[in-house]
Amino acid sequence: MKNWGYSIHKDNQIDLDRNDTSVYKALILVEPSIARCISCGSCCATCSSGEYTSLSFRKIMIQISRGETKDLYSNLSQCMLCGKCILVCPRDVNTRNAITKLLQILTTKN
Amino acid sequence: MAESKKIAVIGGGIAGMEAAGNLVNLGFEVYLIERTNRLGGNVANWYCLFPDFKPSSKVVEQLKPAIQNKVQFRFGAEVCKTEKKGNKHLLHLNDGEVLECDAVVVASGFSLFDAHRKEEYGYGIYDNVITSADLEKQLAENHTVMTTQHKAPRKIAFIHCVGSRDHKVGNAYCSKVCCVTGVKQAIEVAKMHPEAEIYSFYMDLRMYDRQFEDLYMEAQTQHNVRFIRGRLSECFENADKTILLKAEDTLSGKPFRLSVDMVVLLVGMQADQSLKHISDMFALKTSDDRFLSVADVHTSSIYSGVEGVYLAGACTGPKSIHETLNSARAAALSTAIYLNQN
Ligand code: SF4
Ligand code: SF4
Ligand code: SF4
Repeated sequence: MKNWGYSIHKDNQIDLDRNDTSVYKALILVEPSIARCISCGSCCATCSSGEYTSLSFRKIMIQISRGETKDLYSNLSQCMLCGKCILVCPRDVNTRNAITKLLQILTTKN
Repeated sequence: MAESKKIAVIGGGIAGMEAAGNLVNLGFEVYLIERTNRLGGNVANWYCLFPDFKPSSKVVEQLKPAIQNKVQFRFGAEVCKTEKKGNKHLLHLNDGEVLECDAVVVASGFSLFDAHRKEEYGYGIYDNVITSADLEKQLAENHTVMTTQHKAPRKIAFIHCVGSRDHKVGNAYCSKVCCVTGVKQAIEVAKMHPEAEIYSFYMDLRMYDRQFEDLYMEAQTQHNVRFIRGRLSECFENADKTILLKAEDTLSGKPFRLSVDMVVLLVGMQADQSLKHISDMFALKTSDDRFLSVADVHTSSIYSGVEGVYLAGACTGPKSIHETLNSARAAALSTAIYLNQN
């Protein structure tokens, strides 16, 4: 391809006026405890999978609440459903169930 | 019986009212000097209070019986000049009256940050950018919130730390109560407009006192208030009078944009302009934050360090209502102990 000396960057902004937050809305109905998340990161710190993969429950909560779903399924698939994250969450978020339900929502969506 | 000792309380807000009421109860003669024509100060301008949504007017009413017909009120009055005569303070008022007092309680309170100074937020420029104080006024007058175009807001954003934690405006300190005020207001708006999406842009949420964290949790779980960690950088007005907000969603590490129908700026507390004059007259010290310094932050937070001058309420920095009232009671007690010993 001809090099014109410039390239087009994808918009890096989170545009909440356009983004679709339906996944978050669907999840909060079946697992309301996610509303309590305060992004403290305890769940990620304890996650054995997160040490080797890009899995981060905290980030996933932020992403879906902003309607950003890129790489969501592949990140979620790294979860071993061990439940360590539930033990450490100070806000009593049912993290593992949220992941299970989120996977279900994404599978039925596609 | 010896003539009872006289005390001047400067300021008729809740701190001055509480200090005056306690001093009368302890048997002293009290002058209450208030520059406006009404009692209650900033609290009288508020609608409901955190954490229990008690109407603020009730607090002011509760403080009145202890002072009505018991205190000598000087409304519309300001202290222009002071003199020392032995142990006594002579207070010259603006109408020429001179009050001879054995002690003084400064309870001159705070003023709210003037949001016009954060020009990038568009207060006074865009119709639908209001302050937390404007919201309280709307609620007090109409018991509801509407946009300037008289529509029910579908999206509202609360902006924390406006005029606080901001070296640019000269207020580096935290105003302490605006975080919980924002959460309280978010809940009030959510109850009035259950369909509305409510956002809160914060740097830290300082839910420091009893029940504050519960209120935060209630906002999250019952009202779906969305908390976004990031300081608002600027606002723009769209053609339809909605407001476009730009911030960083720091937890995503990405720039963030959102249009809302209404923006509420949580304005902080600052030292009232009159405090400079008061501190000059009584030779009181002020700190870098322009509030009055105290003799000892741990053990003597209501004493100015100047003989016979005690400090009540927010003239020594941002305070909640119960902290203000406790400091007023403490100032009254310390004043009484001082006067009984002299
Ligand atoms: S359940 Fe999944 S997210 Fe939670 S700690 Fe285990 S692997 Fe990590
Ligand atoms: S531990 Fe709980 S509160 Fe903290 S980020 Fe994870 S889910 Fe959220
Ligand atoms: S109380 Fe909250 S909003 Fe107010 S200045 Fe402190 S951190 Fe900011």
